[in-house]
Amino acid sequence: MSLVDKTAAQLQEMIHTKETTIAELTQKAFDRIEALEPKVDAFLALNKDRATQQAKEMDGVPFAERGPLFGLPIGVKDNIVTEGLETTASSRILEGFNPIYNATVVEKLKEAGMVTVGKLNMDEFAMGSSNENSYYKKTKNPWNLETVPGGSSGGSAAAVAAGEVPFTLGSDTGGSIRQPAAFCGVVGMKPTYGRVSRFGLIAYASSLDQIGPITRTVKDNALLLNAISGHDDKDSTSANVEVPDFAAALTGDITGLRIGVPKEYFAEGVGEAAKQAVHDALKVLEERGAICEEISLPHSKYALATYYLLASSEASSNLSRFDGIRYGYRTEKAGNLLEFYMNTRSEGFGDEVKRRIMLGTYALSSGYYDAYYKKAQKVRTLIKKDFDDAFEKYDVIIGPTTPTPAFKIGEIIDDPLTMYANDILTIPVNLAGVPAISIPCGFENGLPLGLQIIGKYFDEETVYRVADVFEQATDFHKKTPQTWEGAAQ
Amino acid sequence: MAKMTKEEVIEVAHLARLAITDEEAEHFADQLEAITNAMELLNELDTENVEPTTHVLQMVNVLREDKSIPGLDRDLVLKNVKEHEGGQVKVPTILE
Amino acid sequence: MNFETIIGLEVHVELKTESKMFSPAPAHFGAEPNTNTNVVDLGYPGVLPVVNKRAVDWAMKAALALNCEITRHTKFDRKNYFYPDNPKAYQISQFDQPIGEHGWIEIEVKGEKKRIGITRLHMEEDAGKLTHTGNGHSLVDFNRQGTPLIEIVSEPDIRTADEAYAYLEKIKAIIQYTGVSDVRMEEGSLRCDANISLRPFGQDEFGTKTELKNLNSFNFVRKGIEHEQVRQEQVLLAGGIIEQETRRYDESTGKTLLMRIKEGSDDYRYFPEPDLVDIIIDDAWLERVRAEIPELPDARKARYVSELGMSSYDAMVLTLAKPISDFFEATVTAGADAKLASNWLMGEVSAYLNAEQKELEDTALTPEGLAGMIKLITDGTISSKIAKKVFKELIEKGGDANDIVKAKGLVQISDENTLREFVTTALDSNPQSIEDFKNGKDRAIGFLVGQIMKQTKGQANPPLLNKILLEEIAKR
Repeated sequence: MSLVDKTAAQLQEMIHTKETTIAELTQKAFDRIEALEPKVDAFLALNKDRATQQAKEMDGVPFAERGPLFGLPIGVKDNIVTEGLETTASSRILEGFNPIYNATVVEKLKEAGMVTVGKLNMDEFAMGSSNENSYYKKTKNPWNLETVPGGSSGGSAAAVAAGEVPFTLGSDTGGSIRQPAAFCGVVGMKPTYGRVSRFGLIAYASSLDQIGPITRTVKDNALLLNAISGHDDKDSTSANVEVPDFAAALTGDITGLRIGVPKEYFAEGVGEAAKQAVHDALKVLEERGAICEEISLPHSKYALATYYLLASSEASSNLSRFDGIRYGYRTEKAGNLLEFYMNTRSEGFGDEVKRRIMLGTYALSSGYYDAYYKKAQKVRTLIKKDFDDAFEKYDVIIGPTTPTPAFKIGEIIDDPLTMYANDILTIPVNLAGVPAISIPCGFENGLPLGLQIIGKYFDEETVYRVADVFEQATDFHKKTPQTWEGAAQ
Repeated sequence: MAKMTKEEVIEVAHLARLAITDEEAEHFADQLEAITNAMELLNELDTENVEPTTHVLQMVNVLREDKSIPGLDRDLVLKNVKEHEGGQVKVPTILE
Repeated sequence: MNFETIIGLEVHVELKTESKMFSPAPAHFGAEPNTNTNVVDLGYPGVLPVVNKRAVDWAMKAALALNCEITRHTKFDRKNYFYPDNPKAYQISQFDQPIGEHGWIEIEVKGEKKRIGITRLHMEEDAGKLTHTGNGHSLVDFNRQGTPLIEIVSEPDIRTADEAYAYLEKIKAIIQYTGVSDVRMEEGSLRCDANISLRPFGQDEFGTKTELKNLNSFNFVRKGIEHEQVRQEQVLLAGGIIEQETRRYDESTGKTLLMRIKEGSDDYRYFPEPDLVDIIIDDAWLERVRAEIPELPDARKARYVSELGMSSYDAMVLTLAKPISDFFEATVTAGADAKLASNWLMGEVSAYLNAEQKELEDTALTPEGLAGMIKLITDGTISSKIAKKVFKELIEKGGDANDIVKAKGLVQISDENTLREFVTTALDSNPQSIEDFKNGKDRAIGFLVGQIMKQTKGQANPPLLNKILLEEIAKR
């Protein structure tokens, strides 16, 4: 009996018919994690004792009290705070940090009855596109262990791709859910800014960060977003809007749907295979009644610079709290306070984090604020307006998620600008704050490619509906990577 | 936008409380110059009459009522603190 | 060369809300270290601030009371700096859109009235408390972290230490009247830094200023400014230059000492707080807050002068502290004569409070009690001298003046026959005093009064006693 290729609905069916139990499901998840971790390295910490105990207790809960995700295992990105479970954001500066509270999404997972099996590797403080910026380990892409899983939610995407867990949470500031989802051939959703509470998400760039689900199927993704969405009194930027039933939006009908296809997303630097895969995908959608038209998002080319200025500036401030005084890593070498700060932070942060703190500090410093930070905030207005204009005529915008599939580990780590270019197609979405999903839409040299579907503010329903129609019409999501062979099922 | 000098890098590192060696400062200066050069692109745009965006959602007046919840147990407060004394958090001496 | 002193004051006031500015932890003074905090105050990874509505209301209330214009579109910004009492390494404050701007208050020094401008009033969060142990480390208590603060920045309109003192007294009084703070300097709910510079008379540009900290009482503000004024003058007269620096007032020597030289302006890298949304204040909100502002000291003072016929000075002193002024009004409402009530409050009551280092509300005295006593004086039941005994009882134990007077048998003897008997006895036993008086020694009468008072346990009605004594002496 295999559990790894099952959807939430199939697993619930198996539990109902007593083909399996929550305890067994949990045990199998840990078995598979143990079997695959030597290759994939997706997890930083496992929650085995508590999860096993919790699973046993949950088997006794009456079926009537269970929701669609009850008893199912989930992994959580390590920048999401989990009480009593070490949370490091893959940074040395939080080594050994034992949180005394739960992020709001973690509380919501508990309410949904999900079993948290462990914490997932990422680029340090969510800064990176390859997972090579983790202090602890480099996660591998299950499709080719010599390539990166993408980042920063690389562990979250790889764990789902490898079949270690059917559900994970990631976070997306400039593409950190969608890019690794594309690289790993799974479904990753960045919801509308404000849809999911950020309370307990270790901030990278507060005005861009958003937590979202990574799964194997669109339906499961919608179920998980249902579970974590909603207004939170503890997050002033969380929107006080109704949360629709996202799973119920999967009607299979996209007749008359208007799709905008931005020409800028097929510009220089975007690989032929990625372009072709998207064009093929658009044909599939057209066959099912959608209308595709080329559009322009004229300020797209400014997004990358805008993003790095804003995100780095906010990060330079957000990461100032890591000073070794109240928690986390503390230097051994300090005679006075200044040395204490400088040594703790220099020893505790990795290079990419330091680079962005430096850039952000510089952009905010006196004399440069207007030229850098404020300028970027103004360009952000223009980028947002591109989307506002497009969404007056179109229901969704579709393009590739990334210019290329996953690259080799170590290939571009020393070239920040080339690394940053990975996010060129995902960043505008964060700057505008709209929702977007990446779903598998093809392969290049055996590595997955992602289709990005961008929606209107708080219209995740339409995004999911389109994604589901495409998924039902194709079988990319049914392909499994080589790591599945021979591993515990 | 100006090229970042090594001295500026050291000054910025000090503001950010990051210790860097001379060698690192030069390395950072090169990398940050490349990055800030890429940022120059924004100067193509006339943003004179454009309002800056801090929040994409038009929300205002998110306020909570003035009700208190008792503070955390001190044991919890000190749980992750490496050095403390008499319930207070210990820090090295301050030298300006 | 003669110099003019330019002084600007920055006053921080803690708002006495129940919870903190951005977190629901209790905002009370005096708890055990690190027991009034939560993960938000401690700057834990992942936490977010949420604005306390009452703190905004109260900041607005204070701003209105200080004649500020209210910024209808206000917001919060981050002020970035590293310090152990600042857990996030940024303070949530307000930079370019403070809640109040362009305010003013009127002060009075030696009978001269002067208007002092208020540049801005903004909201921010307080820091934790750092204690230097002196043996290589410091200790941090985060209880105070996140307490709502307003910072009130004056225009550089102040010219003397006395004006600075009067400005602070007035700010304190106004804030106290609005009820948004305890404004107790000794508990740190009111704090003051002073910026001081000198310039030759007639010059338009300001000189280089120094910032004076550690001014822990109004008197230290005055002394610190006076000392700094002299120090700067000496430096300038000796041909030196003033460095832009932060100095500390040393209470033991009365001098100001260098803390640190400011290099350029501190680079706080302010930027809009992305974790909080903007605040838009509409007319309804503004008017609701405005309606909650009670009568302020200036208005009350004017009323005492016009309605109660009080002198301008008495009215000012009486209205400076709201508890005293409120107490005064209640005493008058309870039937006391206004003039006597104000004399007692500014005299015996404040002398007692000073001697005992107490606040009025910490004593047993009530307006009804005081009014009862004053009524007994007015109707001649007790003398002012006896009243002091009654007062001591009232302020220490409380109760009703009538009951005290009866229980202790303090009722004044105003019966002429009774008094005449005491006088006769006294004259009979002191013939020498009669002789002395007749020989022009007025002191003798005092001695006789003293004897009779001793006999009557001080209860003889003094004017009546005097009258009878003179009558009886004349008969002999």
